[in-house]
Amino acid sequence: MTWTYAPAPESAALAGLRPSYRPFIGGEFVDGHGESLTTVNPATEEPLAEVGTASDADVDAAVTAARTAQEKVWGPMSGTERAKYLFRIARVVAERARELAVLETLDNGKPIRETRDVDVPTASAHLFHHAGWADKLEHAGLGPAPAPLGVVGAVVPWNFPLLMAAWKIAPALATGNTIVLKPAETTPLSALVLAEIAADAGLPPGVLNVLPGDGAVGAALVGHGGLDKVAFTGSTEVGIQIQRRLAGTGRALTLELGGKAANIVYSDAALDQAVEGVVDGIFFNQGHVCCAGSRLLVQEPIAEEFLERLRERIAGLRVGDPLDKNTDVGAINSRAQLERIVDLAAAGDAEGAQRWTSPCALPERGLFFPPTVFTEVEQTMRIAREEIFGPVLSVLTFRTPDEAVAKATNTPYGLSAGVWTEKGSKALWTAQRLRAGVVWANTFNRFDPTAPFGGTGESGFGREGGRTGLQAYVR
Amino acid sequence: MSTESRVTVAKTHKLYLNGAFPRSESGRSYPVRDTGGRLLAHAALASRKDVRDAVAAARGALPRWSGATAYNRGQVLYRVAEVLEGRREQAADEVVAAEGVSRREATAVVDATIDRWVWYAGWTDKVATVLGSVNPVAGPYECTSTPVPTGVVGVLAPQGSSLLGLTSVLAPVLAVGATAVVVASQERPLPAVVLGEVLATSDVPAGVANLLTGRTAELAPWLASHAEVAALDLVGAPGDTAVDLERAAADSVMRVLPRPTAEPDFTEPPGIGRLRAYCEITTVWHPVGT
Amino acid sequence: MLRSDEHSLSRFLHGLPGVDAVGLERRVAALQTRSIKGDAKLRGIDLAISMIDLTTLEGADTPGKVASLCAQARRPDPDQPDVPPVAAVCVYPDLAGRAVERLRGSSVAVAAVATAFPSGRSSREVKLADTRLAVEAGASEIDMVIDRGAFLAGDLTAVFDEIVAVKQACGRAHLKVILETGELGTYDDVRRASWLALLAGADVIKTSTGKISPASTLPVVHILLQAVRDWHRLTGEYRGVKAAGGIRSTKDALRYLVAVNEVAGPAWLTPALFRFGASSLLGDLLLQRRAKASGHYENRARVGA
Repeated sequence: MTWTYAPAPESAALAGLRPSYRPFIGGEFVDGHGESLTTVNPATEEPLAEVGTASDADVDAAVTAARTAQEKVWGPMSGTERAKYLFRIARVVAERARELAVLETLDNGKPIRETRDVDVPTASAHLFHHAGWADKLEHAGLGPAPAPLGVVGAVVPWNFPLLMAAWKIAPALATGNTIVLKPAETTPLSALVLAEIAADAGLPPGVLNVLPGDGAVGAALVGHGGLDKVAFTGSTEVGIQIQRRLAGTGRALTLELGGKAANIVYSDAALDQAVEGVVDGIFFNQGHVCCAGSRLLVQEPIAEEFLERLRERIAGLRVGDPLDKNTDVGAINSRAQLERIVDLAAAGDAEGAQRWTSPCALPERGLFFPPTVFTEVEQTMRIAREEIFGPVLSVLTFRTPDEAVAKATNTPYGLSAGVWTEKGSKALWTAQRLRAGVVWANTFNRFDPTAPFGGTGESGFGREGGRTGLQAYVR
Repeated sequence: MSTESRVTVAKTHKLYLNGAFPRSESGRSYPVRDTGGRLLAHAALASRKDVRDAVAAARGALPRWSGATAYNRGQVLYRVAEVLEGRREQAADEVVAAEGVSRREATAVVDATIDRWVWYAGWTDKVATVLGSVNPVAGPYECTSTPVPTGVVGVLAPQGSSLLGLTSVLAPVLAVGATAVVVASQERPLPAVVLGEVLATSDVPAGVANLLTGRTAELAPWLASHAEVAALDLVGAPGDTAVDLERAAADSVMRVLPRPTAEPDFTEPPGIGRLRAYCEITTVWHPVGT
Repeated sequence: MLRSDEHSLSRFLHGLPGVDAVGLERRVAALQTRSIKGDAKLRGIDLAISMIDLTTLEGADTPGKVASLCAQARRPDPDQPDVPPVAAVCVYPDLAGRAVERLRGSSVAVAAVATAFPSGRSSREVKLADTRLAVEAGASEIDMVIDRGAFLAGDLTAVFDEIVAVKQACGRAHLKVILETGELGTYDDVRRASWLALLAGADVIKTSTGKISPASTLPVVHILLQAVRDWHRLTGEYRGVKAAGGIRSTKDALRYLVAVNEVAGPAWLTPALFRFGASSLLGDLLLQRRAKASGHYENRARVGA
């Protein structure tokens, strides 16, 4: 019999949505002098709120406020005192978790199950972990007297708006830096609520500044001469522009860029868990994940059976209203991103790959793309080389471990990779040969504030999380 | 005994590339003079194709060198110190000629250079302990972070400190398991030639360290724009080229050690900045269960 | 497809794909967050009721106790005639006759535990006699226990042969094979035991006797569901799963149904292919059903038996 789950929507009212939001500079929400933008709910394409954006002068004001705060207040403050502010913020994020989760789901389109179980708790954990570092830096193996760099300019993407903000803010503030953060154009809301939380926690003015806006605001920020460090998470294309822009300035830079991760399934893998891992690897957050396992490399003897199991499992994914607690795959964040996914999938067809689309029902309106699997994919095809950043999996096969490694590393990227085998020695052998900043063996998409995350090659440099992550914020 | 009774055999200086001593593929050479302007010798004037060949050699040597045990790499680097100790006099001669310092000062430089090789030899099997971590993640997973060599490193050696400086920027590359293509000091290349001979007669595998002589400004852009070069040390970059080199490096998201405003004092303890710069931290997760 | 000699049986069972415990438990945790509301909840409750093997397996069981259990099985909630009957009443063999008598004319089956339940520690002859006693008393379903000692000692043939023999003794009665997963140690062993039982002819594989802790758990039921799903993939046959012991609340039951729906598939959402072995679950299901229908909470003492 069929048993249809009734809709179980989380209440949108919990988000406490306001009609308008404003930039946060020098401890206050101020009218930005940029042209305001309208942020929309990608699940319905209806407007959520008006958001004031920053002009060049606002960027300047924010950097100046951050500089003053760093030199006069935050830099000289004892680590123990800094820690307590961060602990407070971490706690309030946890306390307001439900509100933040709903807000994030509305603004981003990702399922409430993920914002509730991953984004918000991981953001809070990140702040909590780094809070504890603030007064222990001399024991962190970063030299006897690590000193802050000064003012940090951070630009974060739309795929994990709150979490990425926390990943920048937590280590920057713990190490005594102040920060000017630019959230993504399409997802500015949660960072502004985080600013409100920081203000309520009594964080001194200017320590954290949030400047909504489009790419031009980001460019103005990262190019600002008043910064000591730039931390960027986003596309490789923009990362390269930033690295070029900073050439010769001596400013510190960390880049967390794109990826095209391989998920290698050996024939001796725990198959049911490997299926889950592959599904989680590519369909988590609609595939809007830089470390998504977008290339499945499956060993030939099990390829057919594995794909059959995989398709059956994917067909059960529930695509739809992101606020529904039973939704597995939510909305694509923006129309532009949806078009990019549609285009790349069409390129897959044109190049001769075989497309399979989940028979799942899609909502009648809003920005959605069904879970899709391409087989008969060759290494040379665009869908095997370019980051699609959507719920599209490309499947390749291999015969030997050497071939798996060769195919996995045949990419300029090097952010993450997955390995599935019940043989420990083979898992470690493979992990050692995959050129990737993170290797998940018999699991995928695990994140923790104590575990460094970041890429090699064109996936960027620098790490976020753990002791290694602190390095990028001290001299 | 007359000093003019014998004509000395003048050395023909070559590149050190993939474990061999070829001339530049261009067939070019350039005069090298001492600080007083006296002609010392001709050095090979490397070309862009020599850069290409050197990167290919370094890339080819990478799997074996990065895959060698840290203990083994330590022994190899220590062997470099041993061999250099045996050529102490020759090295001091070249430093005197290249840097215009006194014999006593040059000997001190050579001794410091030998000691630096010893220092880095001892680092090979400690880098992972110092830079790696076991991460206490909130879940049933074993999670460790390990430094792994970044790949081929392009090094523009210091223009002033032709032996100690060169060693201070090359040895950390080798210590972490990366491989190097070095452009030696343009005006003071001869100590690098001696070092090449030392490396060749140590146990350093072919291609692990490649030393080019020539015009830094001519060769550097080819290194900075080479997609197989993972990191670039600009310490010896000509001042007016450094920004362009950084920009070129950005196109492949290359790790860059920017050019300092003044050449560092290489007699100071080096710290671990360069070891860290050539390591990528790889974090591996694995579930723990039955 | 397989000879029951020790070597090939062992090789087959040890060649099954492994189970990664952490990954399995993550999947279970993720599925537990399914939110079953409104009509879906009501349907789930009725489905769960219809899947219950209403069980009494006490030394103190009497004909009277069995009779009242049978009455409840036929009409779980006398005030709510649309509540479906449960699937079966499950008793010891000596009381099977009493249950048959009380359930005559209803759709409720009689299940009896046999084979020296719950420990399984007796001779083959005694176990088969126990089975025949139950079948002759009219039980149409037999819940046997496997010889865990033999399984853990690696004597897989002994376990296999015993299931085959009991199956034969069952005649037309359905055979449920209790693996007693709480004694098996690892998920890999649960998977091997599942396949062993399916190969030997089990109609249903069942988690537990309910006499030891842990009894049924969601991860273990996931493995049993994967086994019957894969068996179907391989042979086209449908075999069933029974989760027994420790399932007390409606919330628990709905979580199991979500697992049935999403791990094995909707085809298994029928009493023919999924059962709950439980003594106290019915009461909570009825309570929740009434609350759903009436919009307020009932007095527990007045619902059900």
